[in-house]
Amino acid sequence: MDFGVLLTDLPTLVVVILGVPALIGAYIVGSEFLVRRLSDKRRPQVRPWFWVGPALFLVAAYLLLPAIGTVFQSFENNNGNFIGLGNYESQFANFPTGGAWVAIRNNVFFWLIFYTLFTLAFGLILAVLFDRVLYENIVKSLIFMPMAISSVALGVIWNFMYQYQSPGESQLGTMNALVTFVLHHDPVSWLQDQWPTPTFNILNNLALIGAATWGITGFALVILSAALKGIPADLLEAARVDGAGELTIFRRVIFPLMMPTIVVVGTTLVIFALKAFDVVYVMTAGNYGTDVLAYRMYNQLYTAGNSGGASAVAIILLIAVVPVLIFNLRQFRAVEARR
Amino acid sequence: MRAKWYRRSLIVPLMALFVTVGCAGGSTQNAGSVKVIAEWASTEQANFLSVLKPFEDSTGIKVQYESTRDLSAVLRTRVAAGNPPDLAAAPNPQLLTQFAQQGKVIALDDKIDMSQLKQNYSQSWIDLGTINGKLYQVYSWVSLKGLIWYNVKAFQAKSYTVPKTFDDMVTLQSQIKGTGTTPWCVALKSGGADDGWPGSDWLKEIVLSQSGPDVYDKWVAGTQKWSSPEIKAAFTTWGKVLGPGDDSNVFGGSKGITNTSFKTGGNPLFTNPPKCYLHNQASFITTFFQEANPNLQPVTDFNFFPLPDITASYAGAHVVSGDAWSMFHDSPQTRKLLNYLTTANAQVIWVKKGGKISPNKQTPLDSYPDPISKESAQILVDTKIGKYDATDLMPADMRSAAWKACLDFVTNQGKLDSILATLDQVQATAYKSS
Repeated sequence: MDFGVLLTDLPTLVVVILGVPALIGAYIVGSEFLVRRLSDKRRPQVRPWFWVGPALFLVAAYLLLPAIGTVFQSFENNNGNFIGLGNYESQFANFPTGGAWVAIRNNVFFWLIFYTLFTLAFGLILAVLFDRVLYENIVKSLIFMPMAISSVALGVIWNFMYQYQSPGESQLGTMNALVTFVLHHDPVSWLQDQWPTPTFNILNNLALIGAATWGITGFALVILSAALKGIPADLLEAARVDGAGELTIFRRVIFPLMMPTIVVVGTTLVIFALKAFDVVYVMTAGNYGTDVLAYRMYNQLYTAGNSGGASAVAIILLIAVVPVLIFNLRQFRAVEARR
Repeated sequence: MRAKWYRRSLIVPLMALFVTVGCAGGSTQNAGSVKVIAEWASTEQANFLSVLKPFEDSTGIKVQYESTRDLSAVLRTRVAAGNPPDLAAAPNPQLLTQFAQQGKVIALDDKIDMSQLKQNYSQSWIDLGTINGKLYQVYSWVSLKGLIWYNVKAFQAKSYTVPKTFDDMVTLQSQIKGTGTTPWCVALKSGGADDGWPGSDWLKEIVLSQSGPDVYDKWVAGTQKWSSPEIKAAFTTWGKVLGPGDDSNVFGGSKGITNTSFKTGGNPLFTNPPKCYLHNQASFITTFFQEANPNLQPVTDFNFFPLPDITASYAGAHVVSGDAWSMFHDSPQTRKLLNYLTTANAQVIWVKKGGKISPNKQTPLDSYPDPISKESAQILVDTKIGKYDATDLMPADMRSAAWKACLDFVTNQGKLDSILATLDQVQATAYKSS
């Protein structure tokens, strides 16, 4: 590393090293100075706004304004001329295989349902089962470990898992080794095969979702397990004394008590599902009917150089996420209120 | 007392500052630097750096090379952010053409030594980099497409002969198929976003050789519909090679084609017994042959013949491609480097390492490391109808649709009409937006 490059622009260096801390210090001291001028009663009302101000400013500058810009851009062509709903028309053209339809189907159908369900189910089952064993911490860390892998590495790993060699060749991919060796079935082309039909290709989408689920189950497990620990032991004790079986206890006591947490984790996963990008980018590049909205947006912008189309896809994605987001926030508040 | 405390605490950072400035003073006496971005990684990156070495040694100019496999995204982002590299080499001139039309790259006519360039490059290479009468792109290394590779010893063992015409090739492939072996290896997998491109090579070569340069040019320009008889015929001719309807002429069938990387696609030529006998790939593939089987020797173990002419009147037609240099930032250092990269002296360094052909006429044929690259260089020199890689000249949207179409075609040849209809739709919009 050539640190000499830092010294090519000394004024900037001085501003960064001295100016930034000075500015932050001045803001804190200055705002406190102003707040002190106010009456005792007004102070607690005003002070939080000074503290939350920088964060609000950053969110507005880096999230809100660009989002508004994107809305405008989605009504423009590449030269910045207003073309009304033209971009949306081309995204919604030729149902069911044209435009963004394949991506929409994969996102709001395959990913949203299966990714969320699989992760919740695995997380819940593992949390309840691990709660009953002595080596709980070890197995929990094992399941959590894939969370530490970057999702690109995850995609590469699962590409190897799904590798396909022609029938009769030795299968290098774990999945096909199992399929041929244990099931005596021909190797399956997991990521390319559009089974059962090219218009409803559930197999390769599930292969991608499976890889993503492997990566995120640890997240659901840890949160659900923490919620499980929060259930008072005397409640379970009382149920047992009343003669309830373990399954009944799970259904009638544990599950209802964990419901708020399950809903919060579930809605977070729904947002993750709608945002899915990296696994698809690395493993199939959206080919063979596995496109998703986030990847389509990327392709429209960078491959096709079509900023209007990309903005339209972004807005479609935003509209899909917003209801979930609102529901999630409400749920959070409900959980907080119950405490 | 307090003032003293302040003063003392200032001494340490000030001293640190002076020391670092002093150190930097020693290293800033260099002759400046040039930022270069391209797709070459690993072996190719090492080869490119060895090309730069003599330049850096003699001029003192430092070249900061950055490699990326996602060049169009990286370049678009950096250009949009006003932070482009000084020079970029793109394997798809179309991206740079778009930048040229937006005025983001600099015309080279008065920036580099044009008389030297005109003397050393054939006019067709200069024309290729010229947009609206101004030169925007120059080429350092190119490769020849449409080479059919075969395993020499396996060919001799079965006494197969190199086909002279396309019909001979079709006869040869049914002869091979008669012995119970698949004649072809075809591999369409690549980096993900560019899956399918090796299939588009087949199409371009067939379109050029079967329907000629005029159709080819119209096809590139977007005025020849994909559903037109000529382009449809190119698909069906390709289907004839793959095995009509079912890809049965190819090792592994359609699943093998879509699951095999172009890098390892030719390796079954060299198994014992061979799993296929023929493989179509550009001249760079020899690097990958020898990476997988280090003992293989050119000519004695593997050799090639150009894809046989389909229509006699278009004999000697070949598709070529290369990495095009464009300048985003003008400086004396950048000019010097670009001038250097267009000289035979620079190009010959990589030529000697194998896998690349120099478009420079001064590059001696003797400098090619083996008879095979020498022969492909000879073919490039002798080419009667030379056309640049069509999909790389098409708008990016069209290009990725064409790659996808190749994947869809090998997966299900029966869907050709709907594939062509989709391509027509993309064609109708892709050329407008760029």
